[in-house]
Amino acid sequence: MPSPILEVRDLCVDYVTNSGDVRAVDHVDLTVEAGEFLAIVGESGCGKSTLLFAIAQLLSPPAEISGGSVIFKGNDMVQLSPSELRHMRWRDYSVVMQSAMNALNPMKSIEAQFKDAMAAHGNMSAEAMRNRSAEVLKLVGVDAVHLRSYPHQLSGGMRQRAMIAMALLFTPDLVIMDEPTSALDVVAQRSLMIQIKELQDRLGFAVIFVTHDMSLVSHYSARLAVMYGGQIAEAARTASLFEKPLHPYSVGLLDAFPSIHGPRRVLTGIPGSPPDLARPPAGCRFQPRCPQAMPECAVRQPGLYSVGDSMVRCLLYEAAQPGRPE
Amino acid sequence: MTAETRSLIDPQATATAADAAEPLLRTVDLTRHFHLGGILSKQTLHAVDDVSVSIAEREIVALVGESGSGKSTVARLLAMAYKPTRGEIYYRGRSVHSFHSRKDLLWYRGQVPMVFQDPYSSINPVFRVSHGVMRNLQLHRPNLGAAQRREEAARVFDVVGLTPSTDMLRKFPYEMSGGQRQRVGFAQALAVQPRLILADEPVSMLDVSIRAGILNLMVDLRERESVSILYITHDIASARYVADRIIVMYAGHVVETGPADVVLARSKHPYTQLLLSAVPDPREPISVSASPTIGEPPRVVNPTEGCRFRWRCPVAVEECSRVTPRLRTLGPAHSAACHVATADPA
Repeated sequence: MPSPILEVRDLCVDYVTNSGDVRAVDHVDLTVEAGEFLAIVGESGCGKSTLLFAIAQLLSPPAEISGGSVIFKGNDMVQLSPSELRHMRWRDYSVVMQSAMNALNPMKSIEAQFKDAMAAHGNMSAEAMRNRSAEVLKLVGVDAVHLRSYPHQLSGGMRQRAMIAMALLFTPDLVIMDEPTSALDVVAQRSLMIQIKELQDRLGFAVIFVTHDMSLVSHYSARLAVMYGGQIAEAARTASLFEKPLHPYSVGLLDAFPSIHGPRRVLTGIPGSPPDLARPPAGCRFQPRCPQAMPECAVRQPGLYSVGDSMVRCLLYEAAQPGRPE
Repeated sequence: MTAETRSLIDPQATATAADAAEPLLRTVDLTRHFHLGGILSKQTLHAVDDVSVSIAEREIVALVGESGSGKSTVARLLAMAYKPTRGEIYYRGRSVHSFHSRKDLLWYRGQVPMVFQDPYSSINPVFRVSHGVMRNLQLHRPNLGAAQRREEAARVFDVVGLTPSTDMLRKFPYEMSGGQRQRVGFAQALAVQPRLILADEPVSMLDVSIRAGILNLMVDLRERESVSILYITHDIASARYVADRIIVMYAGHVVETGPADVVLARSKHPYTQLLLSAVPDPREPISVSASPTIGEPPRVVNPTEGCRFRWRCPVAVEECSRVTPRLRTLGPAHSAACHVATADPA
């Protein structure tokens, strides 16, 4: 059994506003094993990016971690000082942002940006840095001549690859990716996903991949966590979640996108819209949109129940809990 | 399929257009180039080249392509936001370039309104959402009195599913979700009694769970309001879901067109096949046919003769770099611009 390299325990993140705190991440638990591919799926505003930023310690005010811990390789990241964190960034874990267009510095060549990251971590010779830059760029399938290119000279797919190359400069143990493919076309998207998976198999780093598109990660991630309203709604092995989704929200998500195969059938989508986290519903957060809601759902918050290998936050599964009196 | 909905894509068909029923809208060799760089630069970007398509009454046509394929340029040409470099647009048999008076232009824009991609920036945030609808009504239907305008605004809000309409009309855009705002976009278009709605990626900015609702709305509008819709998208799966007919564009050219189910089941152009293979589908095992290093669509600057897909094409032959393929009819109402593609067996 591989040991977890990342354990998120009971993590809460609040956005502090004048009209009260908004809890964007609400008591989230996550475990990532070494070399694992974990996908976090959810709609906009569900807290998935905030969770990611909390794990990477990139939150800035008004967001603050109000509870819980993030244990990465034995250190609680929440307690580390900025200088200790700086030492770990790029080397032990790296982050690939959503839009490489904005994440790369438009005024600097790709090589100069790679150099910055490497120079921050010890003393590599200029030549070693150049060689390593060329090496990682080739790794992601971009010709090394583009080291001298500026971001605007690269296509969207190439920029995103350059970002991934940069994340791999030190071959970290964990690469955190925030919708790295959402600005790309389907064809480029797929080729990038295949590339990420190949690199992961080859280099053995763990991936946390955040996306709103469940089908995108269906073939690549081992486990899937579905977030809704700041909470984990369901966490399961990807295959079992696609085969037999437990949470009504997961069921709705799977039914929400059309297929190119099989007969055309009417999609229902999910009526309504995600909850306002400043005023979350009293009971289950999904209850106002849930087709299977019971009267009880409006008043009582469901816990996270385990069903087989999966965890699901829904009162429908409460009865299945062992040791609970009928 | 009636004569009216028959594709008029291939050039032979345009010759017989006079005796066939005239489609609602038809383009002939529609072309738009953009000059790049300073005044001395000789670089020209070919955004749209020789696009001849037609849209029938009550038809939903999906225009599918990656970014840079020219699909949004086509929409802007049809909306008369751009002037074509060459080619014609015929609306109900009249060339839109003959529209010069304010009255004619207003009429055409009322017949063919547009719904935009980004519902967050396409609605004026300082006014209530009723503002856009009421203004459209004032401008395009001046014979309506104030009470009738309010009635009509409530009606279109009901049609697009923004109920109760009296409450919804009073909201400000920030009080609405993305899906609701996109419905406001459709309500604004509907208020002018359109015949054809140009919907430019109307769901791409929306959350997955909301998308199905907007797709269903488009199908619904065709049934209830008898409008045609040009649905522009990069998502071929959603195109199949809503559209009768699919037009696939690549690098400014139409590369394949045909009935939606036929294009998906028996795609002829290697680009369409590539697009289809790239759609992630959890219900299907992953295919390993396409190599991961296939690039992205080219920017078509000063193109030379030849197929624009040839660099990425797995089946390219020598002819492809010499001769630009024209659309050929390869099946009933189904054509593709490819030298290698073969017709359906008779």
